[in-house]
Amino acid sequence: MIEKARSVLLVPVLAILLALVVGAVIMFLSSPLIVDEFDIWLPFEAYAALIKGSLGSANAIIQTLVEATPLVLAGLAVGVGFKAGLFNIGAQGQFLMGGLAAAIVGGALATGSPWVAVPAAVLAAIAVGALYGFIPGALKAFTGAHEVVTTIMLNYIAIFIIAYVVAGPLRDPAATFARSVDVGAASLPLLFGRNGHIGILIAALAVPATWWLLYRSTLGFEIRTVGANPDAARYAGMRPRFLTVFTMSLAGLLAGLAGGIQILGLSGFMPASYSTTVGFDAIAVALLGRAHPVGILFAALLFGAMRAGSGLMQIEAGIPVQMVDVLQGTILFFLAAEIVIRRWFRIRGAGAAGEAKAETATISRSYGSGA
Amino acid sequence: MDILFDIPVIGLLFQLVAYLVQILPSISPVIVALCTPIALGALCGFMNERSGVVNIGIEGMMLLSAFVGWTTAVVINTAVPDQEPIRELFGATPALVIGLVAALLTGLLSSTVHAWLSISVRADQIISGTIINIFAFGITGYLNLLISAASPQSAGSFTRYVPPAELTSLPFVGWLAKALLNQGPIVLAMLVMVVVMQILLFRSRWGLRTRAVGEHPKAAETVGIDVIKLRYRNVILGGLFAGLAGAWFTLEFGNSFQSGMTNGRGFIALAALIFGRWTPLGSFGAALLFISAEAIGIAVRFQPPTGQMADLGSILSGIPSQFWTALPYLVTIVVLAGVVGRSIAPAAVGKPYERESTG
Repeated sequence: MIEKARSVLLVPVLAILLALVVGAVIMFLSSPLIVDEFDIWLPFEAYAALIKGSLGSANAIIQTLVEATPLVLAGLAVGVGFKAGLFNIGAQGQFLMGGLAAAIVGGALATGSPWVAVPAAVLAAIAVGALYGFIPGALKAFTGAHEVVTTIMLNYIAIFIIAYVVAGPLRDPAATFARSVDVGAASLPLLFGRNGHIGILIAALAVPATWWLLYRSTLGFEIRTVGANPDAARYAGMRPRFLTVFTMSLAGLLAGLAGGIQILGLSGFMPASYSTTVGFDAIAVALLGRAHPVGILFAALLFGAMRAGSGLMQIEAGIPVQMVDVLQGTILFFLAAEIVIRRWFRIRGAGAAGEAKAETATISRSYGSGA
Repeated sequence: MDILFDIPVIGLLFQLVAYLVQILPSISPVIVALCTPIALGALCGFMNERSGVVNIGIEGMMLLSAFVGWTTAVVINTAVPDQEPIRELFGATPALVIGLVAALLTGLLSSTVHAWLSISVRADQIISGTIINIFAFGITGYLNLLISAASPQSAGSFTRYVPPAELTSLPFVGWLAKALLNQGPIVLAMLVMVVVMQILLFRSRWGLRTRAVGEHPKAAETVGIDVIKLRYRNVILGGLFAGLAGAWFTLEFGNSFQSGMTNGRGFIALAALIFGRWTPLGSFGAALLFISAEAIGIAVRFQPPTGQMADLGSILSGIPSQFWTALPYLVTIVVLAGVVGRSIAPAAVGKPYERESTG
């Protein structure tokens, strides 16, 4: 058991550590732009601020949980796709559309009872997110359009839909900038702290629920089979088309829920240009978590902590928050170069590596050439 | 004309055609210019996919090249002020030329990483490309914030070639000559490269070998083609096109850098490649189509149909501007959904190649 855990965890941990080293080098090299001279201590100050901002106080820890919440849900949205051999880059768009739906329904019910407004707004987010995942799923299943390209296009289209809806018909006339009306009664109830909303609990529950679906239900078995070997799945009488559509809709549901929670739990409205990196981060979360719900939970907590601490890092060390994106990209790079890392550090246990590879190795298949 | 225009419903269609014919001369230079990053990105994808490698990282490669090219030019402009632009050479300054070279090298370097990850490490090729995208987005955003805090100088930009008036005033084809030739050096290079690559693909030894490696690497290996080497070379050289596309953003079309400024052009390029059936000319045509959708939106805003076409004008100007901006992305989806079944990818695309002896 310990041997297995070590084998599974070693490479991700090494990837994180190597990425921190690369990040430190980049910060050192760019330090003349920040403090006007090469400063060897700048990376240490930055990482210290990062840790302080994410774990240093009760509020910091709550902030980490709040930041991790959408990453857990959107990470699961990418992860279930991986299990079925689908690369859902559309978590971003599904997240945005879910958020828009929650803002619209929440705004309409803003003066009613929270017992009606909250569930209605969350359900709207789920439904619209699922629909926005259903579209690329159905396109893939019935026309063969590769989900990687269609979901990216849908991400951009979501931005334009929000820009149009929020700046146009649904604009809050009282606001000084283009935004939807406040969701009022549909705001998520707080559990602790200033913004420790109930969405944290929802995300925490989504992890075992997804795990159960993937590993204990027949449907999950079929999803994993079609991902590992579509031909075998078809031979065994499973329905690859249905499973593609179902998985993408489920992914959209999860990402849409993330968007809804973000709007209802934090901002309370949808601005005309909502800038977020949740979609990108979700891919990193799912890959680092090896597409397993528990792995995704821990990866989301890590990246959530980085997001939560990045603000203090910018204030105390002058390092732009985009450093977090750099770190994520670098972590993924070292994960992808797993074989090389194993060679460098003389790690054995190719079994676990092989297993992990099989889970994501199917993504490139059928690119562009029909189902 | 009036009679045709006044037919209920169908008349609108005639109005639309007449409007498109009317605005074509004025918007065609813009269309050719705007389709450049897509056509160049498609050439990059072409080099990859024809030899059996998926490259989803074109977007990131472009962004990275755009940033490095721009930064290099800015740094040189700051160090050496008052450089004299050479008017005969597209207003080139040393800063612009070195910036262009830097962008090309960045393209090469980033595609080398992709080649290494997807050919030697045999990582999932789509994940490799995604890594490049995420990293490029992060590092350019990070450095751009630091650099723009110092309120940098302008990078300057290449100017357009002005074709002789005798050519552009020709009846019927004059506007076409203007659209294709009244352009900056990168657009012109793109036009040349599209034709050259098309010929090379179907008429050269390199093209034959590349197609063989993309379709059936094992068979190619048995007749003595070094699959790994050819893939490496093609993927790395493909980076040049992404680098050139990046340079177009910051050194020719504009002279500044904004975070995430490539705006999905690299992904649309992949759709253009598929729509163009993995040929350079075909994907150039597809790129023109995608951009035309957006350009019509621009034309409607600045030059709406009037007079006899007022009916059409009131309909078109009632469409929100966001719809027109979203149109290339929508067209991409429709094209992928409608065409992919009939457009066959190189058979070995996405599959890492493993030599039997080393297996």
